[in-house]
Amino acid sequence: MQAYVVRRLIALIPTLIFASLIVFVLMRLIPGDVIDMMLAQNDIATTQDRAAIEAALGLDQPMYIQYFRWIGGVLQGDLGRSLWLNTPVTERLAETLPITFELGFLALIVALTVALPIGIYSAMRQDTAGDYITRSFSLIMLAVPGFWLGTLVMVFPSVWWRWSPALVYTPFFEDPIANLSHMIVPAVLLGLSMSAVTMRMTRTMMLEVLRQDYIRTARAKGLSELMMIVRHALRNGLIPVVTLIGLQAPLLIGGAVILEQIFVVPGMGLMLLEAVFQRDYPIISGVFLIVGVGVLLINLLVDLSYGWLDPKVRHR
Amino acid sequence: MTFRSDVGLVRAVDALSLYVNPGETLAIVGESGSGKSVTALAIMGLIGDSGRVERGKIVFENRDLLKTDEAGMRAIRGDRMAMIFQEPMSSLNPVLTIGKQVAEPIVQHRNASWPDALEQAGELLAKVAIPDALSRLGDYPHHFSGGMRQRVMIAMALACRPKLIIADEPTTALDVTVQAQILALLKELTHETDAALILITHDLGVVARYADRVMVMYAGRVVETASARALYANPQHPYTQGLMDSIPGVDGRVGARLITIDGQPPDLANLPPGCPFAPRCQYVADVCRAQQPELETVAVEHLRACFGYE
Repeated sequence: MQAYVVRRLIALIPTLIFASLIVFVLMRLIPGDVIDMMLAQNDIATTQDRAAIEAALGLDQPMYIQYFRWIGGVLQGDLGRSLWLNTPVTERLAETLPITFELGFLALIVALTVALPIGIYSAMRQDTAGDYITRSFSLIMLAVPGFWLGTLVMVFPSVWWRWSPALVYTPFFEDPIANLSHMIVPAVLLGLSMSAVTMRMTRTMMLEVLRQDYIRTARAKGLSELMMIVRHALRNGLIPVVTLIGLQAPLLIGGAVILEQIFVVPGMGLMLLEAVFQRDYPIISGVFLIVGVGVLLINLLVDLSYGWLDPKVRHR
Repeated sequence: MTFRSDVGLVRAVDALSLYVNPGETLAIVGESGSGKSVTALAIMGLIGDSGRVERGKIVFENRDLLKTDEAGMRAIRGDRMAMIFQEPMSSLNPVLTIGKQVAEPIVQHRNASWPDALEQAGELLAKVAIPDALSRLGDYPHHFSGGMRQRVMIAMALACRPKLIIADEPTTALDVTVQAQILALLKELTHETDAALILITHDLGVVARYADRVMVMYAGRVVETASARALYANPQHPYTQGLMDSIPGVDGRVGARLITIDGQPPDLANLPPGCPFAPRCQYVADVCRAQQPELETVAVEHLRACFGYE
């Protein structure tokens, strides 16, 4: 087991190197580099200034040298400094990552509390009105883009009821209630969009499981419908659902970028967006490195959870 | 009993009447689609949403099960009556331990605590001759062979000492060598608790060795019913005779062709107007094609549904 985890962790390294290389190169291919941005802001545009700034930021070097410098720093735990603020990237990540993590975690809770009960209900009442309503709802949630719904939530309540979601971020440990009342709206929006696919998967898997012979055996034992679901069907049905949740992790982060922007949540997503606009390469690379590690770790956790869910995997 | 299907309502079982006494083994014999399993599921109240018993009564311990609500049926299922299914490989839940699955009916119907129920489960597993039973309570179904799983299913069915056990082709999926062990075990344990056993099978060899009475079904109808002995000595229905003749014997001539019944069983959605066996019957007469024969007594406790041949 331990050997397996270690092997999986080592296998992350090539994936991360490859991903960081792509991000590194692609960012520098966007038209308009960081120097253009800086010069445009400061209204000075001589070629000498340009060369001086370039040299100061180390951007005069060939791209591969820049990359090796950066990756060398990464190996020592140094993700470089922001080109604009000159603060260490690690410091900025330490500020913003927990906020995005909280948002993602809340969204996941919302997604699961919506998706699992509705998916199970929908499967047990297959082809009834309730099933159709919940399935239509999930289709709508799947189709409606988060940024649009987010904008609606911002605009219409304020027009109709002179109410708008809180937009001031308060750290959780300072005032949990103020923090949650700010985070809950983007978390619900993010969670709902994630719940759609999860709900459909839960429904499909439950339908599949409810047809199995061992469910008939459970019925023949005289178990109540609820016990049958909880003890016999759910765990078998959840195995693919857990996989799906793992696969949705990158979407969660993508959604966070947009919703953090709309609801002014000072998380990693908002920072990333600003960094992209400003071409703040070290920040962008740092964020993607963290996201990459996060996604790969979540997938590892998903694989490990099979062992808990499915005894056949455990003993292999 | 009818089922909804793509071709409309299908009458799967018609005009069926059976009884089974405590301690007795009744075998229901017939080929696939003859309505054996559906009859068993109807008794258990497990036919599901697509099927329905249109008319009739199912009386168990002086209660009409068709008039019993779902909660009442749940209290009976697994406690007073239990069922053993055909597929031991898929009838056990792959993610629950054997111990838990065997103990579950005890917890459900006897309000036992899990530790107590698990202890009883250990005893039950020992009773169905699972070696080293106690240490295997924590194992999962995939650790067990097919025969062992069917023993587990038997232990599970016996957990609450039910008065009626229905075994739906319990040995069809098993090796021949294991079949006899399982059936002997089932017979012995039902005898011990004086439970009635309904043994569903298509294997007349099984019937001869383990059944007290036999009911032969064809196309959803009973065609002949008699004591096992009488049925073997003197089969009265041409279909039963055909079944007997098609058992390969060890005394037969080497190279002899197996005797088969010509033709196919009829489509239940499209039954012929007369006797359902008429199209395949070698003694068929005009009356057979026009009218359905009723069950008639031909000897003591021996009934058949046939117009004719002697």
